[in-house]
Amino acid sequence: MKAPEAIQEIQPPDNTKGPRAWVKDNLFNTWYNALLTCVAFVFLFFVLKGFLTWTFTEAEWKVIPANLQLFAIGSYTRDQVWRIWTVLYILGVLIGLSAGLWGGLVYRFALALSGIWLIFALLPFELATRGWFLGAIATIALPFFIGRGRTGLRRWILAGWLLSFPVIMVVLRGFGENGVLTSNWGGLLLTLILAVVGIVVSFPLGVFLALCRQSDLPAIRWVSTTYIETVRGVPLITILFMGNVLIPIFMPGLDINQVLRMMFAITFFSGAYMAENVRGGLQAIPRGQIEAAQAVGLNYVKTTRFIVLPQALRSVIPTIVGQFIALFKDTSLVSIIGLIDLLGVAKSVIANPDWLGLQAEVYLFAAVIYFVFCYSMSYGSQEIEANLGVGLHQNL
Amino acid sequence: MRKYLFQTAALVLAISLVTPLIANSQESILDKVKERGRLVCGVNKELPGFGFLNQDGQWQGFDVDYGRAIAAAVLGDPNKVEFRPLKAPDRFPALQTGEIDVLIRNTTWTLTRDTDLGADFAPPTFYDGQGFMLRKDLGITSLKELAGATVGVTAGSTTELNLADTTRALGIEVESIVFEETETLYQSYDQGRCDVVTSDKSQLVSRRQSLKNPDDHIILDITISKEPLGPVTVHGDNKWNDVVSWVVYATFFAEEHGITQANVNTFETENPEIKRFLGESGDIGAKLGLSKDWARQAIAAVGNYGEIFERNLTPLGLPRGVNKPWTQGGLLYAIPFR
Repeated sequence: MKAPEAIQEIQPPDNTKGPRAWVKDNLFNTWYNALLTCVAFVFLFFVLKGFLTWTFTEAEWKVIPANLQLFAIGSYTRDQVWRIWTVLYILGVLIGLSAGLWGGLVYRFALALSGIWLIFALLPFELATRGWFLGAIATIALPFFIGRGRTGLRRWILAGWLLSFPVIMVVLRGFGENGVLTSNWGGLLLTLILAVVGIVVSFPLGVFLALCRQSDLPAIRWVSTTYIETVRGVPLITILFMGNVLIPIFMPGLDINQVLRMMFAITFFSGAYMAENVRGGLQAIPRGQIEAAQAVGLNYVKTTRFIVLPQALRSVIPTIVGQFIALFKDTSLVSIIGLIDLLGVAKSVIANPDWLGLQAEVYLFAAVIYFVFCYSMSYGSQEIEANLGVGLHQNL
Repeated sequence: MRKYLFQTAALVLAISLVTPLIANSQESILDKVKERGRLVCGVNKELPGFGFLNQDGQWQGFDVDYGRAIAAAVLGDPNKVEFRPLKAPDRFPALQTGEIDVLIRNTTWTLTRDTDLGADFAPPTFYDGQGFMLRKDLGITSLKELAGATVGVTAGSTTELNLADTTRALGIEVESIVFEETETLYQSYDQGRCDVVTSDKSQLVSRRQSLKNPDDHIILDITISKEPLGPVTVHGDNKWNDVVSWVVYATFFAEEHGITQANVNTFETENPEIKRFLGESGDIGAKLGLSKDWARQAIAAVGNYGEIFERNLTPLGLPRGVNKPWTQGGLLYAIPFR
């Protein structure tokens, strides 16, 4: 038997590596691709040139720093701003503790948030404001070191998160005429409140509706299906209009808070879509999983809790987060019915005689803020997917 | 601005079918406001000079000041007012369902609104009218010369209908370009996509300043419609409408007699009508269901009509025009305080 000859390692020719080769392979590999590349570059050049010239020479950016507080909190009573700081501190403590207990993504989130606060603290705000920001970092950092490694605290922190929700609402509103009326809630604050309430409440609602739609009991299935299909058949803006105009007509004398009505409208709308997303996950579970669970003696609740939902939800994380992002952006529709959310503030700022005609600057700023939040959510979802190994091993 | 008239009318028609079913409480809104200790006032949140949020998150504007004046007259404190930003289509429903006590949102007084929409109007606080803005270099001075021009206008507003009526009456043809948003209308006009833009004159004046070269544009000295804008209360609550109306008259009266925010508390006079106005004699306050010094409070809060105008509309470059006291040839005429 002849011994195999030693294989000589030969380097690829020089013209197949390096940036030049990449450009040739990807941009100029055929004559029509070369043409397309040229056209695209000319187009990009003019768009970028126009945009950059405008951004750096023509745009009057001073409208943004001058109205920063307005963008952040709208017409929230200025001498009550301590309420917002209190809320940030409550959240900071919870985030810090959670970061210490769970680490991973929460830890990175806490780190990013502290970084943002640090940047704000370094910006030329009033001294008091910068102090508040520094305090916000401390409320994240200290609990982090306290919570580190104490896994026994986990269930308490979860309870804390659950409890924080009503507490925050009460702190923000205060009581009676001395507090801050919800009609004064505005800006990014209102956008975030509406989005967080919508996300936090619509998710369990959606899971519940999806399970109902899969139920063996016709009455429950029927009610759930009717609800989902009705809501999905109506645009969100219509539901918001109904909440804003029709509820006061049908229930005269019953003065339901306007912000609360919008929270309900957004939640109910999002819940229906969430239900369909979750149902997609439920249907992906092979029948055998449920039968196996029943065979080992699990009842319906346990089968759902331990076998069905964990697998179903895991497989639909991308669509659920997609729904969250859509919901976040949809909150801007409340500016159409008169609430002053982030977009509402933008519209009001350009009506200020001092800043007339600066709509491009103001809207671009609002767009950047929306993007930052939506992209963070998107990034978070990718991280969760990676942690759970979604799409990596098909073990279903 | 009578945008969304038809949507509003449809909505209100639907509501008026339901409204009779609602038990109409006999209590006047005046009593409700006093009981609540706060006035709820519907405003526009994005109209330069009339209503917007300033940098400090405070409401500011011509309409907003009238809301403050009413709060001061009724409750003795101009800050006891909650402003509800409203869009054109839901302003009348908000009024009818009692969500707001008074609507001060650049609303034009028309017959249909006075009757079908279930609204009662207080005296107009601002007389507006539809006009035309165009480039100076076009050399146009009369409407007839507009033949063949492209005219920008906002969608669904009576502005559009007025334009059609006017051109038909003149027997000329123009090409109208309809825009959904006010912002886009003026941006497109600035970029030369239309030759002429038509809207309420107050808007034209304020928007001209935000164009690239304001001096290149003129506003024709022609007005093709009447737009009396004023506060609105719900139909049938006469007591409340009286209060709102007389607060408006109080601002007119104060300007007629030189009573200002600065001197209202020290104003010395032997004129019996002014004495009654200031609450130094008589009981006109009690007749309205208000305190003795209601008018003094209102003027101390926001000043007389001239001061309100100067604070909010003069910075936009708006001339007083017909919005002057009748003694100076304007249309503002206070009914006797007797």
